[in-house]
Amino acid sequence: MSLKSKLHELKLKYQGKKMAPAFNAFHTFLFSPDETTHAGGTHVKSADDLKRTMNTVIMALVPVLIFSMFNAGYQHYSAINGFPADFSLMNDFLTWDNFWIGIIKVLPLVVVSYGVGLIVEFIFAVIKGHEVEEGYLVTGMLVPLIVPIDTPLWMLSVAVVFGVVIGKEVFGGTGMNILNPALTIRAFLFFAYPTWMSGDKVWVYGARERSEEILAGANVDAISGETILGYLAQNKGAEMTYSVSDMFFGFIPGSVGETSAFLILLGGLFLIFTKIASWRIMVSAVIGSLVMGLIFNQVVDFGWVGESSKFYGLMSFDFWKHLIVGGLAFGIVYMATDPVTGSQTNKGKWYYGFFIGFISVMIRVFNPAYPEGVFLAILLMNVFAPTIDHYVVRGNIKRRMNRLKNATIYPKDSDGKAEELKAETV
Amino acid sequence: MSLLSKKDANLITDPLADNNPITIQVLGICSALAITAELKASLVMAISVMFVLGAGNVVISLMRNIIPSKIRIIVQLIVVATLVIIVDQVLKAYAYELSKTLAVFVGLIITNCIIMGRFEAFALANGPWRSFLDGIGNSLGYGVILIIVGFFRELLGSGTLFGYPVLGDPIMKTGLYATGYENNGFMIIPPAALIVVGIIIWVQRSRNPALVEEN
Repeated sequence: MSLKSKLHELKLKYQGKKMAPAFNAFHTFLFSPDETTHAGGTHVKSADDLKRTMNTVIMALVPVLIFSMFNAGYQHYSAINGFPADFSLMNDFLTWDNFWIGIIKVLPLVVVSYGVGLIVEFIFAVIKGHEVEEGYLVTGMLVPLIVPIDTPLWMLSVAVVFGVVIGKEVFGGTGMNILNPALTIRAFLFFAYPTWMSGDKVWVYGARERSEEILAGANVDAISGETILGYLAQNKGAEMTYSVSDMFFGFIPGSVGETSAFLILLGGLFLIFTKIASWRIMVSAVIGSLVMGLIFNQVVDFGWVGESSKFYGLMSFDFWKHLIVGGLAFGIVYMATDPVTGSQTNKGKWYYGFFIGFISVMIRVFNPAYPEGVFLAILLMNVFAPTIDHYVVRGNIKRRMNRLKNATIYPKDSDGKAEELKAETV
Repeated sequence: MSLLSKKDANLITDPLADNNPITIQVLGICSALAITAELKASLVMAISVMFVLGAGNVVISLMRNIIPSKIRIIVQLIVVATLVIIVDQVLKAYAYELSKTLAVFVGLIITNCIIMGRFEAFALANGPWRSFLDGIGNSLGYGVILIIVGFFRELLGSGTLFGYPVLGDPIMKTGLYATGYENNGFMIIPPAALIVVGIIIWVQRSRNPALVEEN
């Protein structure tokens, strides 16, 4: 007997008991229930309901999370001891010491994010009188991955409450929100506590304390822990020691889960393969960012922007490298493809994705306060997504009306009734 | 015999809650967003608007039978402009620092929709005493919201109230700041006022579902 049928039997046994909702929540988490539709209802049912969709995204996020836990330790020890001269994956990266830093720094972020978010969801479910919605499952996993590692837990809690209430519940809960809740949380943190969200002291665990020790006169030999984009924004690209493969595989400082373009790429392919996320949005966003990057590269090549310009570092950065540093890849794969806040029409998805990539790189270069703009670009396009859809739908109606106008009607009827009908429609 | 008849008293109390100019009529939003980062500025703005709207309503009400209806908007503008200039000059003379904080927004009282709205909707059709009460009532309703928003924005954004540090010193890390608390920079910028006003509207309408518009 399979686990599935065993669970189904248990479910029948518990039916109507107090335990039933808790059991059901667990049951549907693992399997689609073994139920058939009653006569008279709809007969076509898909197994990938909301919960299954959410679980799939979380599965795609787990490798990123595990990598980020190792990377937290790797960045921490590298900042103290210097980067290992002869890097080996097993000896320098996948070590218990590194993982331990991940456990004490990354896991609390995950726990707080889920705990606070689910409490808010639960309160609203009680007020509104419906079952707890699954909407927070993915948001709760995304949030700890897009904040700097040293984010104080109380700040995260405040931001999660704000994001879930103002970003989602005021609009009517899961599926009704205009803005992506995870990005609302990130944007709130960015505007509310900028000193904890930007600069060169927040991306590596302990960097803030070490810089204070240095200020106090301690003789600590520490690497600053600046992100790649941070170096470039200060026109210090030459001082950077990270190779392209470091950037691609993610052995760089940055927000907790955004660094490894490789694992994000795998996650993206998984989401495309399972048809959870839209490949159109991902592809067009990549194209958009490449186009903007190329434009900036050309501007530099033409000599319109000299080395003295404060934009030189980021503008001259090879256009394709924008995809493997910072949060662009993470944003494109996991945030832009949010089915609730993104465009719904296939044609609209191309525009939506393109502008996300395009504007992300633009903000990245021109934002004076903070060399990153993915979350702002996606929030902006979230706002425009319904407008894009509106024009796509209207264009479609217009095209089909034209087709009808020019249509000839067969067979030609004798009394012209069909022509009359057509004239009325058009 | 009370001071005000029940009908007159309603002119004052209605705009405070169920007919609030900001949360129900959604007028005068611009200044509510712009100057509420500090409680002091909110209070001065509320008093200024109270003076302009109370006096303006009386003046318009007295002239209501002699204003040709074709040019009434121009006449109203002249009345508001005169009163606003008086407020501006008084502020510059007696509270120069504050008038610098409020800057252009005192001048922009002229464009505050509440004022023209009350002139058009009430003062042109009612006697001076009732118009005066209506002006005071509406500016009180406006002021209450301004002060609530200003209170939360200043407390959470700067940790002060009327400029006094109530939560401790953020630089010396005393009081609440010793526990790691930090000021919320988001509350300083105008979009925060939009959200605070939105929350007030939300709370008010869920307490009194009769206020929810059908659409």
